[in-house]
Amino acid sequence: MRSDHDVQHCRQTLADLVLEKTGVDVARCYQCGKCSAGCPLAVDMDFPPSQIMHLLQLSDFPEFSELALRSHTIWLCLTCQVCYARCPMELDIPKLMDALRAESLRLQKVNPKARDILAFHRAFLDSIRYTGRLFEMGQVVDYKLRSRHFLQDLLQAPGMFLKGKLHFLPERIRSRSLLGRMFSRTLKVKEKRP
Amino acid sequence: MKTGYYPGCSLKGAGREYSESLMAVADILGVKLPEIPDWNCCGATAAHNVSHDLSLALPARILAAAEKDDMDEVLVPCSACYNRLSVTRHELLQDEQLRQKISGLIEADYRGSAKVINIIEWLAGISDLETKIIAPFAHRVACYYGCLLVRPAGILNFDRPEDPQSMDQLLKKIGATPLDWAFKTECCGAGFSVSRTDIVAKLSGLILNDAVSRGAEAVIVACPMCHLNLDLRRPNIEKHAGKKFDIPVIYITQAVGLAMGIAPNKLGLQRHTVPVKFSASADRSAARETRAQKSVPGEK
Repeated sequence: MRSDHDVQHCRQTLADLVLEKTGVDVARCYQCGKCSAGCPLAVDMDFPPSQIMHLLQLSDFPEFSELALRSHTIWLCLTCQVCYARCPMELDIPKLMDALRAESLRLQKVNPKARDILAFHRAFLDSIRYTGRLFEMGQVVDYKLRSRHFLQDLLQAPGMFLKGKLHFLPERIRSRSLLGRMFSRTLKVKEKRP
Repeated sequence: MKTGYYPGCSLKGAGREYSESLMAVADILGVKLPEIPDWNCCGATAAHNVSHDLSLALPARILAAAEKDDMDEVLVPCSACYNRLSVTRHELLQDEQLRQKISGLIEADYRGSAKVINIIEWLAGISDLETKIIAPFAHRVACYYGCLLVRPAGILNFDRPEDPQSMDQLLKKIGATPLDWAFKTECCGAGFSVSRTDIVAKLSGLILNDAVSRGAEAVIVACPMCHLNLDLRRPNIEKHAGKKFDIPVIYITQAVGLAMGIAPNKLGLQRHTVPVKFSASADRSAARETRAQKSVPGEK
């Protein structure tokens, strides 16, 4: 029978993965809570940033890493960098959140409440993948199809158009084929379309 | 010294008045700002949310194109693009292996020679700016820096992350009175404008509320995302807060342009959702000051 000690040493924990990908050592966090105090969305999160750090510190236990990867928090994080600016141990929490998002996507553990946020990111990247630059109109239509929020912001479009802020045709760069190659080399993993 | 210009996607679309006002100001200053040839999107929030490599490759390709065009520095007015380009340059200069990997992805050798500068650094570097001010922007303003212009401070090395001062000093130069307020670097909700408008309405409402309660006549911004959330999303903010906010949101280049006497429609002020109208008393005091300044040489 394997002891907990053996398990720790034969399997890479989520904390190990974060350390490898980002250089952030969660063991250094002493739970002062400054990140959660400064985070503008801590009240909307299922786990405020300091608790995500705590879950990672306990990620020898799979159930805790599971909670972190399935959390709403990692998708709500706006990367505003307040936590990193105020952390007395200078832990790059926004970078850690990026690594957790990538892992959550890879393992298909995205929190269902983050559906719209991820749909927006996908629509954004789709827009630049094929033209090289963001085409706002195309992106919003793509987002509506993915999120099924067909009526959202419909009343704002005519005003934006009259003010010259909406274009009906995308700007396309010359190096589109290079962009396409960059995308297919970096976004190899095909995850479920949100 | 060749300074290139990276407008980014927003400045071609929803934030076009930022680019228009920058061009109008550069025109008066006699500065040429050539665009980076065939530039692409920096990937913004979306890229680093799903792939680290992609989030570095997109900005690296932009900077490599600038280097190929012999640009020594690149002016990036959008704070979000400025942040992505600066972070990429920093990460790739720190890590040779990563630099080679990303160079492979973009099929060009990225060297990291072109410096990335933001709009405030660019404006502050213009020595004869004050001589071009003919109609001082005599208003009480709340300088809103947002997140990405100042953080992460260790990488950007620009201004202090809490209570920055660079924009305040610039506004003083053009005749404004910058106010001390609490939401200078609080987040507006950034990229959640479409996907979580409720969050943007909440966070942006807090920012406007503090600016108004301190007596600001305008919020000055340096980022098209901040502008979009504070201006275009105003109806959502008001609905969430249950009260009206009349305070206009102005790009720093528009404020500088107004102080240079450039016509409002050349600065794209007509494109804003919240009309840019200043209180009559402020206009009168501005006119008085201008008259007083003009009368000085006459008295001699």
